[in-house]
Amino acid sequence: MKFTLSWLKDYLETDATVEQLVTALNDIGLEVEGLENPGEALSGFSVGKIIEARQHPDADRLKVCDVETANGMVQVVCGAPNAKTGLTGIFAGAGTYIPGTGVDLQKGIIRGVESAGMMCSQRELMISDEHDGIIELEGDHAVGTSAAEALGIDDPVFDIAITPNRPDALGIYGVARDLAAKGIGTLKPLIINKVSGEFSSDISVSIDLDDDNKACPLFIGRYFRNIKNGPSPEWLQRRLRAIGLRPISALVDITNYVSFAHARPLHVFDADKLDGNITIRMARNGEKINALDEKTYELDDSMTVIADAAGPQALGGIMGGMDSGCSDETINVFLEVALFDPIRTATTGRKLNIISDARYRFERGVDPGFTFDGAELATEMILQLCGGEASDLVIAGKMPDYSRSFFLRSSRVKTLGGLDIKLSQQARILTDLGFAVTEKSDGLECSVPGWRPDVNGEADLVEEVCRIAGLDTIEPVAMPRSDAVAKPVLNLQQRRMLKTRRCLAGRGLHEAVTYSFLPEKLAVMFGGGDECLKLANPISVELSDMRPSLLPNLIAAAGRNHARGYPDVRLFELGQTYKGLEPDEEELRAAAIRTGFDSPRHWAGPNRAVDSFDAKTDIMQALAAAGAPVNSVQIIQGGPEWYHPGRCGTVQLGPKNQLGWFGELHPGVLAKMGIKGPVCGFEMVINNIPAPKRKTSARGALNISDLMAVKRDFAFIVNEDIAAGKLVQAVRGADKKLISDVSVFDLFVGKSVGEGKKSLAVEVTLQPDSQTLTDEDIETVSKKIIDKVGKATGGVLRG
Amino acid sequence: MAEQPDIEQLQTTLLAEITAAGDDNVLEQIRIGALGKKGSISARMKGLGAMAPDERKAAGQSLNALKSVIADAIAARRDELQAAALEERLLTEIVDVTLPHRPVQTGSIHPVSQVWEEVVQIFGDLGFSVAEGSHIESDWYNFGALNIPDEHPARQEHDTFYFNPGPDGSRKVLRTHTSPVQIHTMEKSQPPIRIIAPGRTFRCDSDQTHTPMFHQIEGLVLDETTHLGNLKWCLLEFCKAFFETDEVKMRFRSSHFPFTEPSMEVDINCSWQDGQVKIGVGDDWLEILGSGMVHPNVIRAGGHDPDKVQGFAFGLGLDRIAMLKYGIPDLRAFFETDLRWLRHYGFSTLNVPTLAGGLS
Repeated sequence: MKFTLSWLKDYLETDATVEQLVTALNDIGLEVEGLENPGEALSGFSVGKIIEARQHPDADRLKVCDVETANGMVQVVCGAPNAKTGLTGIFAGAGTYIPGTGVDLQKGIIRGVESAGMMCSQRELMISDEHDGIIELEGDHAVGTSAAEALGIDDPVFDIAITPNRPDALGIYGVARDLAAKGIGTLKPLIINKVSGEFSSDISVSIDLDDDNKACPLFIGRYFRNIKNGPSPEWLQRRLRAIGLRPISALVDITNYVSFAHARPLHVFDADKLDGNITIRMARNGEKINALDEKTYELDDSMTVIADAAGPQALGGIMGGMDSGCSDETINVFLEVALFDPIRTATTGRKLNIISDARYRFERGVDPGFTFDGAELATEMILQLCGGEASDLVIAGKMPDYSRSFFLRSSRVKTLGGLDIKLSQQARILTDLGFAVTEKSDGLECSVPGWRPDVNGEADLVEEVCRIAGLDTIEPVAMPRSDAVAKPVLNLQQRRMLKTRRCLAGRGLHEAVTYSFLPEKLAVMFGGGDECLKLANPISVELSDMRPSLLPNLIAAAGRNHARGYPDVRLFELGQTYKGLEPDEEELRAAAIRTGFDSPRHWAGPNRAVDSFDAKTDIMQALAAAGAPVNSVQIIQGGPEWYHPGRCGTVQLGPKNQLGWFGELHPGVLAKMGIKGPVCGFEMVINNIPAPKRKTSARGALNISDLMAVKRDFAFIVNEDIAAGKLVQAVRGADKKLISDVSVFDLFVGKSVGEGKKSLAVEVTLQPDSQTLTDEDIETVSKKIIDKVGKATGGVLRG
Repeated sequence: MAEQPDIEQLQTTLLAEITAAGDDNVLEQIRIGALGKKGSISARMKGLGAMAPDERKAAGQSLNALKSVIADAIAARRDELQAAALEERLLTEIVDVTLPHRPVQTGSIHPVSQVWEEVVQIFGDLGFSVAEGSHIESDWYNFGALNIPDEHPARQEHDTFYFNPGPDGSRKVLRTHTSPVQIHTMEKSQPPIRIIAPGRTFRCDSDQTHTPMFHQIEGLVLDETTHLGNLKWCLLEFCKAFFETDEVKMRFRSSHFPFTEPSMEVDINCSWQDGQVKIGVGDDWLEILGSGMVHPNVIRAGGHDPDKVQGFAFGLGLDRIAMLKYGIPDLRAFFETDLRWLRHYGFSTLNVPTLAGGLS
């Protein structure tokens, strides 16, 4: 909300500087977001007086003026129709920057006559759009007076952010009250003169509501006759313009003035345009109103309207209607000063998408206690500025009971706010803020003023005291330490997350953080797209669905990096994926992708295109880092449909607990995404990794043999569809005690091994523990291995 | 005693030959010529049998000595020759060491994750554990329990992402802040409570300085005595530790959050130079967090009695403090996954923040 220094000083007696005011406002929670002085832009301009204006010798429309300025007499050629002898206006000398034209003023010869300056219009000074003539100052202004002072715009404008709990500060008087409590000056008492009516209103008001008048508990009206509407006086227009409002007419400007000065929205109807009496009622479904914003709104029965016999003439607390609005021709006026329910006002405003100064105030809460004062204040201004005579007040409904009081224990500011401050000081602050304070032996009984709907308990009173006393006066106090040496704080899953992350980064992958949402198309391709996981109000179609997998955003990111000229992309992410709306349907996952080559081209040897075994290495390493039992996992051929069907696998602990998937991404999916493949990747579900059984930090005993291990190679011919994993398992099973390791060191497919066959060669490590192996021992275990493989896979030893 | 000069002569001759031997073959020939079955020394050894016993003893000793000298000399010369040959070969085996080393794949940790760990280090030392909550929340946890009733204007300021209403008409939301974790934590545990809750948050807002997803850290302390002075201390100590400067100045301003009472916003001092911000120097203020004493209604919503327990809560932007500490200019780039950005602003995997080893 904006206000000017001079307007504030109408209510606050103070000598504080602008800087002191800014600091105080920030301290008390009325954050200053902007401060400007429009007068500063006019520093080069000052008052000049035309001593003589005579006709230009060679131009009908121009006049040659002798202007008295701060620097003596200057000759100015002027084209304004109102340039005349004796006019006092605003002079700009050569070299002055003119805001309205954006150029520096030059000395010149105009139609043969020298001109050394200019008399300015309002538009040239950018203080309004007025450009019909040069400024004519009213009153007595000494030549040389600064333009800002003469024009009354040497007035800093504050722009403060008002938090939703402070409707009282949506009026300048409320801001003044806060500042006075802070000690920045003295609040001037508001003098309300009651006007007694000269007649009784032609229009009566009734409230016709079902909800105990909650929607509109009180309505005060007043009829004015024989008024004269028209432009409001210059001082009023200037104030409204300074805070960003457009002056309309005296009547409308008065309502705006009271709204911004006292946070009390009003409305004025042209009484002659009203059809009969006024009723405050719920709108009927389908009823329409032509509002003052020149739009037509269709209403429903949740909205409060002020209606006459013809229908709704205003939306309660939000906006008036065009059909009964005031104009320059208005003679008879009906003033509305009412109370409207904050929640209903907010709901209606949002439904109809109307934002107005009235709605803004009503939905935050308007002071019920100021209803009559607001009516009298408006009355006084209308009579003053528009003349006419006022009726008696028309009152419908009754004043709601807003009184409440809370007890502030004498120790509470200290124990909650950490602030050491005398009880008398606390009482002073609360009193200055408008609370009715009664001092008791053990604290303060505080009755809340009507303009503070936000105060609803003792904690709020503590806040008021701390806020005004200044948070900077609260001493920092150390928190007690429960353990001399801090205990670990991360849980198992958090530790797993950190280890997985550092493992993957250590494998050369770059960690990405991508959005939790993605386009519907991608969600569907990666197993998502469920109706319930679509945002009702996405920010764009590209961010419409919650992600079912971490892969699509990573793959899309790879595509963007490809486009920038980086074909080899290695990315990973740790984050949540979403299967449904319930908390247990969010999973913590890790995923990674690799594209292009495993390394840049290098003199020492060829590089290699990434393949599914890079992804397998990544997932197995990541699972190991996360503490998964990688020695007992099963690797199953096949995986989700967004992988290449022949080149992907599933890592699981039994069919019901899949830990993750890896492989080459499906070329069809990549084509749809416009990504050049191959792309290999994996995804794992950190939540699915079982908790470790071991609880002790001690390792098991180390059993190592002094006896030399023996290595033997076996090459088997098996059918092409036999999984290497199966063969290895068979070899291991041949003698679990003796065989300590089996590794596949060769895979060969070719004519020499036969059609539909392949050769798999394994190196078997035999580790004896009691005595050195004899040739016979080795022979025996070899036989077992060959038998076992033969039985399990149909494989035979390669000849 | 004609033998002695002969042996000396033989030794001289052989040693000269050995020294002159240019390769292994020649050396072998010399060895065979002297020590082989028919070699010159062997032949003389055979002659010993014909000598008188004392003559034989002396000659035997001399010959054995000669044999040993010659064998040693041959071995030494062989070593010499091998060393020379190796040296010669190595001179042909030169590599250009200015060629680049083999490619290494260096990955990186995202700044958000790095700062997550830094923050956890600091608050962990202060006894805060790390709590988490789901991103998809009910209206109650995101708003109602946090004292933001329906239709309250504060709700409109949140730019909430909604899901479509379920069968019962209720709508889930994407959490707009990490504050729902306060409620979940209070429901699950008994005071004293000290937690932080870092995580993703979502607002329907996107421009130069806003992204629809960002990260916050929530803090919550609930016990019988914690007051606003403790909150100030906690935030002050955090900022000193996080920004790694004792010079940091903080400004506490009254503000309003529905879930705290009293509420305050906190600024830290900084300076701006060439678009770069420096924390802990200069006279400008930068808002970094919101905080306050937990509102009695929130304590009640969490299942506790506000007349018995009290405490503070705060929320700060994880991305924002990462930007400030590491001079990262643009929030949007955090989530764009540009490899050049990740390499530049990311962290080595070995750079694990610890209090003992330093946070940055």
